[in-house]
Amino acid sequence: MSGTYLGMPAFPRAARAAVADTQLRRNLEHATGTIRGRRAEVVAELDDWAELRAAGAAIKDHTLRHLDRYLVQLEEAITAAGGTVHWARDAAEANRIITDLVRETGETEVVKVKSMATQEIGLNDALAEAGIMAWETDLAELIVQLDRDRPSHILVPAIHRNRAEIREIFRRAMADVPADLSDDATALAEAARRHLRRKFLAARVAVSGVNFAVAETGTLVVLESEGNGRMCLTMPDTLISVVGIEKLVPTWADLEVFLQLLPRSSTAERMNPYTSTWTGVHPGDGPQALHVVLVDNGRTGVLADRVGRQALRCIRCSACLNVCPVYERVGGHAYGSVYPGPIGAILTPQLRGTAGPLEASLPYASTLCGACYEVCPVAIDIPEVLVHLRAKAVDAKRRRVLPTAERAAMAAAAWTLGGPRRLGMAQRAAARARRLVGRLRWPLTGWAESRDVPTPAPESFRAWWRRTRGRTE
Amino acid sequence: MRIGLFITCFNDTLFPRTGKAVTALLERLGHTVVFPAEQTCCGQMHLNTGYQREAIPLVRRFARAFADLDAIVTPSASCAGTVRDHHARVAESAGDDRLATEVADIAPRVYELTEFLVDVLGVTDVGAAFPHRVTYHPTCHSLRALRLGDRPLRLLREVRGIELVDLPHADECCGFGGTFAMKNPDVSVAMGTDKLRHVLSTRAEVLCAADNSCLMHLGGLLSRLRAGTRVMHLAEILAAEEKAMSPARPHHRAPGARRTEHV
Repeated sequence: MSGTYLGMPAFPRAARAAVADTQLRRNLEHATGTIRGRRAEVVAELDDWAELRAAGAAIKDHTLRHLDRYLVQLEEAITAAGGTVHWARDAAEANRIITDLVRETGETEVVKVKSMATQEIGLNDALAEAGIMAWETDLAELIVQLDRDRPSHILVPAIHRNRAEIREIFRRAMADVPADLSDDATALAEAARRHLRRKFLAARVAVSGVNFAVAETGTLVVLESEGNGRMCLTMPDTLISVVGIEKLVPTWADLEVFLQLLPRSSTAERMNPYTSTWTGVHPGDGPQALHVVLVDNGRTGVLADRVGRQALRCIRCSACLNVCPVYERVGGHAYGSVYPGPIGAILTPQLRGTAGPLEASLPYASTLCGACYEVCPVAIDIPEVLVHLRAKAVDAKRRRVLPTAERAAMAAAAWTLGGPRRLGMAQRAAARARRLVGRLRWPLTGWAESRDVPTPAPESFRAWWRRTRGRTE
Repeated sequence: MRIGLFITCFNDTLFPRTGKAVTALLERLGHTVVFPAEQTCCGQMHLNTGYQREAIPLVRRFARAFADLDAIVTPSASCAGTVRDHHARVAESAGDDRLATEVADIAPRVYELTEFLVDVLGVTDVGAAFPHRVTYHPTCHSLRALRLGDRPLRLLREVRGIELVDLPHADECCGFGGTFAMKNPDVSVAMGTDKLRHVLSTRAEVLCAADNSCLMHLGGLLSRLRAGTRVMHLAEILAAEEKAMSPARPHHRAPGARRTEHV
């Protein structure tokens, strides 16, 4: 259902197939272009955006610095309000806890609120193995689930599909779909609405993620557009909320900053239609059992990295995906993770390590153009982290006796650039071989396949200067 | 004012005529330009690819080569950005306090060419003439690292005879990205093609920018396509005069195309 990312090829290979998918290219160009423009408009409305952004970053940094204290405070507040807190070191432990909690209720179906944390841990597959069916209720997440596909965007998991494709998916996989379903947006939404309504009315257990967890009060917060989340959060008897430990904010007042930053950055709305908050359990009102599963799954490792830890500020708005020129042409699947785009390129290698070819290739899946950093509502300097991860990868390989081809080339370049005499010699050699350089394929294959190779000048600038002006400096 | 030209290793080797243009331009404006011969490279390629250690001697060399100059001018937004934004961190990571001091002292004196012309010399009309249809691509480092804003356009608008046309979606990356162009060639070319779609829609004869690296990528695509549009560093446009109006030859030569020497 949510798919597995094991054995994914390195980014460049997956990207080669993706850029050749013409339908995908047009779908993404349209979707990201539209939301990019809208976001710019609503952000421009606030003259204190820079201050809000700085405040968002500062609150997150402060919370992460004192995460030990705030996590315990959150646990105490939730427990005092009648909820139960569970701690999960990794995905396997989180899935085990959640599976056991559902089993205890005796139910074999759960409804889900759109949640990145549960996608990250592969909860749907784990539940399916235990004979429990998890129904996604977010419209885009439902489309992906019905198609047995993978999400390709943080906010809009089915962004790679257009309406005609969604109609086909519904007709193929939705049990109770009208025979004459059109690809009109209202008709598609209505079909999904009727389909989901039956799930909401029957569900006894819901699983959610959270956007924020307030340590001071033990309050959990979900922002959404559709209202389907609100159904899941209020109608069932049991609610299981899965919370990545970086989701904390210290106080209720801190929400003021994030409730401005997130909707404008994410859906390009001044305020999202539904904001649900819940604190423990209340007799006769909403779920009577609340379980909160706090998930680490690699986050404390990220927290230990002085440069890389800023990735934990992320509030999953997806603004960086929407402005990323690489994402726009490749889509989310090539990133091999539920976290695609620029944030995925820095989060996935940090959370999973860089042993796999995909994870190792992600820090290079960027031109460092800086558009992501510019729009990030919590000022994550993504290019800085990308370069940091590249340096870590290079340093990890320095112990090897045989250098990689890249390291050998970089060492040769560093030697050549070590002084004007060496550089001058190399330039003269290149000038002599210039006719050859223009025809070079290897090692310039990647370049020369589609682009002409520049020819070294017959006389370098420094040689020209010396010839015409002598050595003045 | 002692103005030092930071040519950059890339322009030095591949695009010396950009350096000649900067020299000619500044001299035409009545300034003396010096070329510190000890300079080689700012270390950008090493730093962006993760070879921090290899970049340390390059940063040290840069600091020493340009130490006694009042202004250091470069025809590259990305190299100016590397010196201003990254050299301090290299010095810190090297644990070299003396280098850190030198780097902090030099960084504010490093200017990309259009910054130097507009902010320091206070000129926008540099006396250039270039009667061609031109569009300007703000490279990512011009736009988001140095925040050059409209400085290049203010300079270009004053050029005699120029027909300057706006580039649609100008703020999008061209797909060069240094080693990205080699490590992810498919995405790089896809981005370059989309950029060219906008460039060609302007019907400009010349595409100019403040970085020859991005222009090498786009120019390589344009010449492969025989598109009839060429690339040119904006310094070469600003240096152009009425008397020398013949267009420069293309940067790229198509395989099999007839070869003509250019000096």
